[in-house]
Formats: sequence, C-alpha cells, structure tokens
Amino acid sequence: MMRRTKTNVTRRQLLAGAAAGAAIGTLGFPAVLRAQVPSVKVGILHPVTGAISYSGTQSRAGALIAIEEINAAGGIKALGGAKIEPLLADAQSRPDVGAAEIEKLNEAGAVAVIGPYASAIAIATTAAAAKHNLPHLVDVGVADQVVTRGLTNTFRFAPGLAKTVETAINNLVKLNEAAGKPVKTVMIIHEESAFGSGMASTLNAELPKHGFEIVETIKHANPTRDFSNIVLRVQARKPDLIIPSNYYNEYVLFARALRQQRVQTKGIYSILGGGASSYKFVKEFPDAAAYVMDCNHWFDPRKAQALALKDKVEKQGLFFTYEVFLNYCNVYLLADALERAASTKREDIIAALASSTWDKHIMPYGPTKFVNGQNEGAQPVNTQVLDNDIKVIFPLEFASANAVFPVPERKG
Amino acid sequence: MLELTILLPALINGLTLGAVYALVALGLTLIYGVLHIINFAHGSLLMAALYGVFFLNTGLGIDPYAAIVVMVPALFAAGYVLQRSVIGKASHGKDQNVLLVTLGIAIVIENLALALFSADTRTIDTPYAFEMVDLGIAFVPLPRVIAFIAALAVTAVLWFIIARTDLGRAIRAVAKERQGARLVGIDVDHIFAMSFGIGTACLGAAACLLLPTFYVSPGVGHVFVLIAFTVVVLGGMGSFVGALVGGFIIGVTESLGGLLLGESLGQIGIFLIFIAILLLRPTGLFGSRLS
Repeated sequence: MMRRTKTNVTRRQLLAGAAAGAAIGTLGFPAVLRAQVPSVKVGILHPVTGAISYSGTQSRAGALIAIEEINAAGGIKALGGAKIEPLLADAQSRPDVGAAEIEKLNEAGAVAVIGPYASAIAIATTAAAAKHNLPHLVDVGVADQVVTRGLTNTFRFAPGLAKTVETAINNLVKLNEAAGKPVKTVMIIHEESAFGSGMASTLNAELPKHGFEIVETIKHANPTRDFSNIVLRVQARKPDLIIPSNYYNEYVLFARALRQQRVQTKGIYSILGGGASSYKFVKEFPDAAAYVMDCNHWFDPRKAQALALKDKVEKQGLFFTYEVFLNYCNVYLLADALERAASTKREDIIAALASSTWDKHIMPYGPTKFVNGQNEGAQPVNTQVLDNDIKVIFPLEFASANAVFPVPERKG
Repeated sequence: MLELTILLPALINGLTLGAVYALVALGLTLIYGVLHIINFAHGSLLMAALYGVFFLNTGLGIDPYAAIVVMVPALFAAGYVLQRSVIGKASHGKDQNVLLVTLGIAIVIENLALALFSADTRTIDTPYAFEMVDLGIAFVPLPRVIAFIAALAVTAVLWFIIARTDLGRAIRAVAKERQGARLVGIDVDHIFAMSFGIGTACLGAAACLLLPTFYVSPGVGHVFVLIAFTVVVLGGMGSFVGALVGGFIIGVTESLGGLLLGESLGQIGIFLIFIAILLLRPTGLFGSRLS
C-alpha cells in the first residue's frame, strides 16, 4: 500500500510539494539568515606576484593565520561575533597596481586594509586609501614618508627607517663599548635602491660622530651575480666591521663569498639585513650565517604566544619571517580597534586605532601609542646567529642570549 | 686600489665568471645564431633546469654534477618537443611569430614555476661549496674552477658536433639554405628540433654547473639572459669559440669595471664593448668565419 501511494504521486503533486518546500525556504529560513551577523571585510593587500612576491606571500600567510584564530575564537564580540572576512588583493610588486587594488577594496566594502609590505607600494596605497578615509594599517613599509604626510587613515605598528637606523647605531656603540671598543674601522656594502642608499648615507653621516672610521662604502646592483670583487676589496681594506644592507639573494651570495674567501672581521652587523634575521639563511648556510648580527623587526622570544605562533607557522612548512609575525600582529591590532569601536564605520575605526593602547602582541614593544600614525612604542632589536639559531642580544630586557662580540677567529 | 694583489685575482674572477656566462650563451648561440630563432624562453628554460637540479639534489640526494647525466638528456628532449610541437607549429615559419611564441613560453614557464614552487629563493648546500683552489695569486672557489673547465669541454663538444658530424653538417646546411637542404633530402623540421634540443641541453649542463654557487627562483633567468644575448652578439652569431671568448671578455670587463668604476657603474663596460663591436665589427669577433 505504501509502495502504491508512493508510486501514485503525480507530477503535479510533486511540483506542489516542491513549491511548498521553496516557500518554507524563502519564508521560514530568512529568519535564521537575518539573525546572522554580517562579516567584517578587511582588505589583505600584498605583492604576492612579481619581484618581491616571496615577502608578499609570507605577509599574507601571517594575516590569514590571525584571522583564522580570531574567527575560531568567536569573531569580533562587540559586533555580535562578526567574523573577519579577508578580501585578498595582489599589488603585483607595483605601486600603481597597489593603488588600483585599494579602489577595488573600497568598492567591495572593506572596513580597513592591511599591507602592502614594500615602502614604495605603501606610499601609493596609503594615499589612495586616504581619499576614501579607509583605515590603512601598514605592516612593514619602513620608509619614513609613509607616516609623515599627514594622512589620518594611516597607522604603522612597526618602527620606521629613521628609528631603526638610530637604534642600530646606538646599540652598536653600546656593544662596542662593552667589548672594549674593538671596532674602529667600518666598511659598508649596500644595494643601490632607495633602501640601501638611504641607509648608507645616514651611516656615513652618523658613524664618524661615534668615533668609527668608514674606510669604504661599496654600492652594488640588484641583482649582482658575483661578489668576489667586493670581497677582494674587503680583504684589501681589512675593516674591523662590515655593515651590509641588501635584499635576501644578494645578502646570501655576499655572506657565502665572505666565508669562501675566509675573510676575518670582528663582526658583520646588518641593519634590516635581508638574510641576517632569516631562519632560512641560518638553516641553509649555518657556516656563513654564524655570528652575523642584525638590527631588525623581531618578536619577543620571552612570550609564549610568540613561540606558539612560530611553531604553528613552521608546521605549515613556512619560515617564521618578520613579514609573518608583523602581519599577524596587525590583524590583532585591527581586531582590538574593532572591539573598542564596536562599529564598522571607518571614522570610528580610525578613532579607535588612534587611541589604541594595545599590548597583547608578540613584539618587544610596549602598549601601542600612535603619534601621527606611527606607533611610538615600536622598536627594532638586535639579533645574532648563535648555535644555528637566531637569538635576541639587545636590548638586554628582551635578550635571549649574550652577544658574542667581537666574533672568535674562525679557522678553515 | 690597483695593487696587483687585487687586480690579478679580479682578472681570474672575471674569467671564471665569464665561463658561467659562456655556458649559458653556448645554447643560445646555436639557437639564435645558427637557426636565427630569437629564443626569449632561454632564461626560463635555464630556470626550469635549475629547479630540476635543485629537486634532484634535495629530493633524491643526487649531486649537482652527477645530475648532468639526467639533466642534459631531459633538457634535450624538452627542447626537441618544444620546437617540434609548439614553436615550429605556431610560428608558421615566420620570425616575428617565433619571437612571440618564445616570449609566451617564457611567461608560461615562469608563472608555472611561481604557482608550483612559489617565489621562494632556493639554494643547495654541497660539501665542496666552500672549498677553495689556491692558484698562488688567488683563491678560487672549486665550483667555479669546475665550471671553467666544463665551459671549455662543452665548447669543444659542440664544435665537434657541428664541424665533424653529419648532424652538424645538416644543421649548417639548414642554417645557410633551408630550401636547398630540403631539396637534398634533409628533414628540416627534425634538424630544427635537434638544434633547439642541443641548445636547450646546454642549459641542462649550465644549470648543473651553476647551482652549487648560485640560487634558483622563478625570476632567475632574467639575471643571465641579457648577458647571454650580449655574449652571442659579441662573439659572433653561431660561433661556439666566439661565445666562449665573448663570455670571458664580458666576465673580465664586468670584474675589472666593477673594480675601477664601482660595482653598480662597472656593468657599463659590458655595454660599451657591445656597442663598439656593433659599430666596428657587426658580425661579432668570430662571426664571419662560421656564418
């Protein structure tokens, strides 16, 4: 009988049933849908293709890990548990593309943008975002112009170039004095773009004031295929200290050439060095990386949350680079602002960021304090490659190891 | 700064650097010089070969020099198939089409590498990476010495193939008179593909000799391709000895130029020589003998 009833369902009855089902679908379920909190759209803008795509990819990974964590922990509670929805954008390693992506993100309803790694791109994207009063958190972009143009929508959590160079020089002076002033002569090897050249001219102006003699400054192109000649000149000049300022590929070739030619100095002291604070460099060339010092963005090794994140990132098969943890922090900084603003209006988020005193980050900074968009609490730290690991050696309150300086003479 | 203790080692550095340039340029001179195919994909194929060496080393533990026996046939096959099934068919015998097709191949290979391997820069570590050879006046890294000797050997092998074998005669015949070669029974399409294959196989050898001292990333081809074109024009299109000598001249010019004018400005010397050769001897140093 049952079977018969079933088989007797006519096409008309089936259609009627389907229509009823559809009616329930449109009338009954919208109540549930209406109860859902709309997500908070955040632009995650990085150069994931083009010349600096490695850094862009690392940056995006850091931001996505933080978003996943925040969403898993219940989203933005002040907004009824709204989830953060990342709007992924690619600046293609070009400032003009970065600025165009800002327009798209604005139209897509982003409440804020995080990115875009490089200074040149950041200068373009922050200006484009300012036109729409779109809050823009700059993750790295160390050039000082990023925050000195009076853009009220721009916030940089990490330190800028001037602060980093100043800290690097101060720490070098302290290190040298503590070791009995073994370093008197310095040689600077830098890449030729704004980053390396700007650094070199600042060092040439500042280091002599602290009693260091700069015996030679060598500029090199990107890419440089061979560092043999530069190393020959280093050997001829015999400086006590080498200060390299270049991107990762050239940094690695230079450090390898120094080691190949058995160059003995009292130290290699990088500032925002491409390879000196890279677990990748340490893992792949432990011999060339040994004892190299750097003044760079780095996490606070005493914080359990930082070490847990490092573990998590490494389990994903990624290296724990500063791009990862700075973007991770920026997402949490924005989440904190959203919680306090309890609003997705851009002016409210900007006001919340401007008054931010967030301290639950993994960096060796104090609570955030933004002055003209720059986090005044941010500072770089000095690291050194010791025992095939990267240790913080300065400032002492964050140090995880004592500096080995001057470095011991190496045989073979 | 011009003490002999710096000048002589710089000269030797230039020669070893030039050998690396020559290795990359040897394949190009065959493809570009003999067959007049402007192969924009040369750099991308070098990059693909470098990834091959990298994965053979990290995945299977094969030494980069031992990888030559795998990489040379593999790249030869890749080059042969590429010419026969893509470049030859898509170009319809027109040079401007070849230009666009090879450019397209370059873009596809590079973006595939970006998608598959990410933009990460990769290097290998070998037990001899930091070994040095004491030449009395300078210490030269062992991998550089090996690359230098290999460049000479590869040049000799290529010269032998082109000058002394039937295949070489067929390649020269096709290069000089395509229609005539076809009339005497030479399979022109096959010879084109063989030439492209041999040219690409050179990149397999170059990649094995380069990786112990260099890195690989999806954009690494650009580092060498412009220099390789310069070497080919300087040495004379189609001349293997020219490519070798051209490589040495460019290497030494870059090295000494860097020493005298600074590392950034030093590269000007390469292009000054290039312009001078184009003005004074447009066929290149050894061009007239083989063309």
